[in-house]
Amino acid sequence: MSVVDLVAQVVRIATPYLLAAAGGVIAERSGVISLTLEGFMLGGAFTAALGTYFFHSLALGVLCGIAGGLLLAGIHAGASIRLRADQVVNGIAINLLAVGATRYFLRIAFDSASNSPRIAGFNESPGLVGLVENPLVWAGLLALPVAWLMLNRTAFGLRVRASGEHPEAARSVGVPVGRVQLWAVLWSGALAGLAGVYLALDQHQFSDQMTASRGYIALAAIIFGAWEPLRAGLACLLFAAAETLEIHLQGTSLVPPQVVEMIPYALTIIALAGVVRRVAPPAALGRAQE
Amino acid sequence: MLRFTGLANQDRRRRLEEALLPTLVALLVALVCGELLILAHGESPAEVYRELLQGTWGNAYGLGQVLFKATTLTFTGLAVGLGLRAGLFNIGAESQLAAGGFAAALTGLALPSGTPALAAIPVCLLAAILGGGLVGAVPGVLKAKFGAHEVIVTIMLNFVVLAALNWVVVAHLHVPESVHTPEIHAGGLAKLSRIFPSFHGSAANLSLVVALLTVIGTAFVLFRTRFGFDLRAVGLQPDAAEYGGVRPSRIYLLALTFSGALAGLGGINSVLGYHGYYEDGFAGGAGFLGIAVALVGRNDPFGIALAALFFATLSQGGLAIHALVPRQMMEVLQAIVIIAVAASVPEVRRILRLARRPRPTIDRSSTASTAADGPAGPQEPGVNVSAGHGGSR
Repeated sequence: MSVVDLVAQVVRIATPYLLAAAGGVIAERSGVISLTLEGFMLGGAFTAALGTYFFHSLALGVLCGIAGGLLLAGIHAGASIRLRADQVVNGIAINLLAVGATRYFLRIAFDSASNSPRIAGFNESPGLVGLVENPLVWAGLLALPVAWLMLNRTAFGLRVRASGEHPEAARSVGVPVGRVQLWAVLWSGALAGLAGVYLALDQHQFSDQMTASRGYIALAAIIFGAWEPLRAGLACLLFAAAETLEIHLQGTSLVPPQVVEMIPYALTIIALAGVVRRVAPPAALGRAQE
Repeated sequence: MLRFTGLANQDRRRRLEEALLPTLVALLVALVCGELLILAHGESPAEVYRELLQGTWGNAYGLGQVLFKATTLTFTGLAVGLGLRAGLFNIGAESQLAAGGFAAALTGLALPSGTPALAAIPVCLLAAILGGGLVGAVPGVLKAKFGAHEVIVTIMLNFVVLAALNWVVVAHLHVPESVHTPEIHAGGLAKLSRIFPSFHGSAANLSLVVALLTVIGTAFVLFRTRFGFDLRAVGLQPDAAEYGGVRPSRIYLLALTFSGALAGLGGINSVLGYHGYYEDGFAGGAGFLGIAVALVGRNDPFGIALAALFFATLSQGGLAIHALVPRQMMEVLQAIVIIAVAASVPEVRRILRLARRPRPTIDRSSTASTAADGPAGPQEPGVNVSAGHGGSR
């Protein structure tokens, strides 16, 4: 196996992390905890499969996937920003809702308890060609640099950072904190939905709980990257590289797969404990706003 | 606080209103959502709800299953609720539950097979407490020493612990062709059907009694001991508590450790009471549902026990109505209940306050609530669970 193939595999695994992390980092910096990425992603994967199957169109499938993520994000934002429900409780509920609702509609739409029928996808050839011809991979690679530009070079980004660090001060100079957070959460829903689209199209179906904690890995990457988009992107690539390594070590019993599974989470805890350097979340993260 | 005030009656009524109304509003919303879902299937809601009650509380087997599920949820609900009383959010109940169950199973395996139950059971219970407490202590230490956000640490720790347990079981301890350990030699808890034969076939077991005792014990510690007072004080106002001589970091460490221990003890229900072995993944989301249980139970131990019964009824009810509507509908409904409760708490409280404002009575609770009307949000225990997060950065 060549180095190029290896890199291609890392990018393939990293794409959903990159997309979801790019959305989540904006939401987190605006002060809203992003443990909903998992649910948004699952919802997006399902609606993408639904759209692709019933409309026979990849483009519409992608749009449906984004809409699925947006729908859940809208519910989350409505409850936890507009109605000031606790973000963590509501976030957990959104994730439960995503699992339950996708199972429920899987039953209704496809009469199955486990997976959808096969759907189309982008170019399936393995290695570099399939990768280069998948627009979602490009979207993933660009997502975090775009998030960096958004946060650091736009007025919206400034408002996002102000809302997350010092909402009272932000409000006193006329920043509509709630609305900024609403847009940030919707943005994270759209991007996490897109990550779900990638998964569904890559695996050519939707299957029950197919996101398999990828949303939490994206969250871990955001935190391990100290809430900086570019560092979060590197963290995504690092976690994906560890998984790639694990795939190639399989059968050698050199490292148990469970140890590799732990890496993103364990590294994040270590980073939080300040062993290497202290990482601090946005000051107002998770605090209910008006 | 009721002990101190002569205005206890009015105070109590207001607190009761603020505690119960949001939940009732939320349940109403969930009921309407449920009816709409059922109608969309072309079934009659009355029929489905009757079937649901018939399959859960209507017969001994169904009731036994509800009690079994409620037992685990009571423990995880207590775990989350205790943390929230200290202003801390423990999302790690899932892995603490698993760790407690695993520790109990290991102990049951290590004991020789003739060990009398009177010796074996307490040892196994203690192991479960220690197993869960150990996992809970990790975010506790990180919070107390480094100020690490316990929400993030417990989320991440869930994955680490579950992967580690999976590795130990799959690589070293499992019975071939399965993902569970061999059967324990000692420490098993009797099924309820041994005492009440009509429960035959259901998984309900004596863990239920342990759960009830734990509810009472937790209530006692929270409301009748110095430690419980300190814990609630830190949960309400960490700065004020510190000024009053309580070290918040010590409370954070102890609260998260005890919270983990409570969840860990829940592991006995499946491991000692039902299977007799540790099975990978037995927690099955009960830790996360514990958050919902604590929320609906208003962080009150007895409320938590009731809420656990409610969520257990929904879980078991899904199976009962499967002939009429897909059982996955109940999963959707559970999520709707949580969102509805979480969203209606601040809103209903705000409306209640508005409704009261024109009557300027001077008593402790009304001055307290006007003071808490600012953007920091209400500060009463566990009503706005995010209140404690201001100090948890």
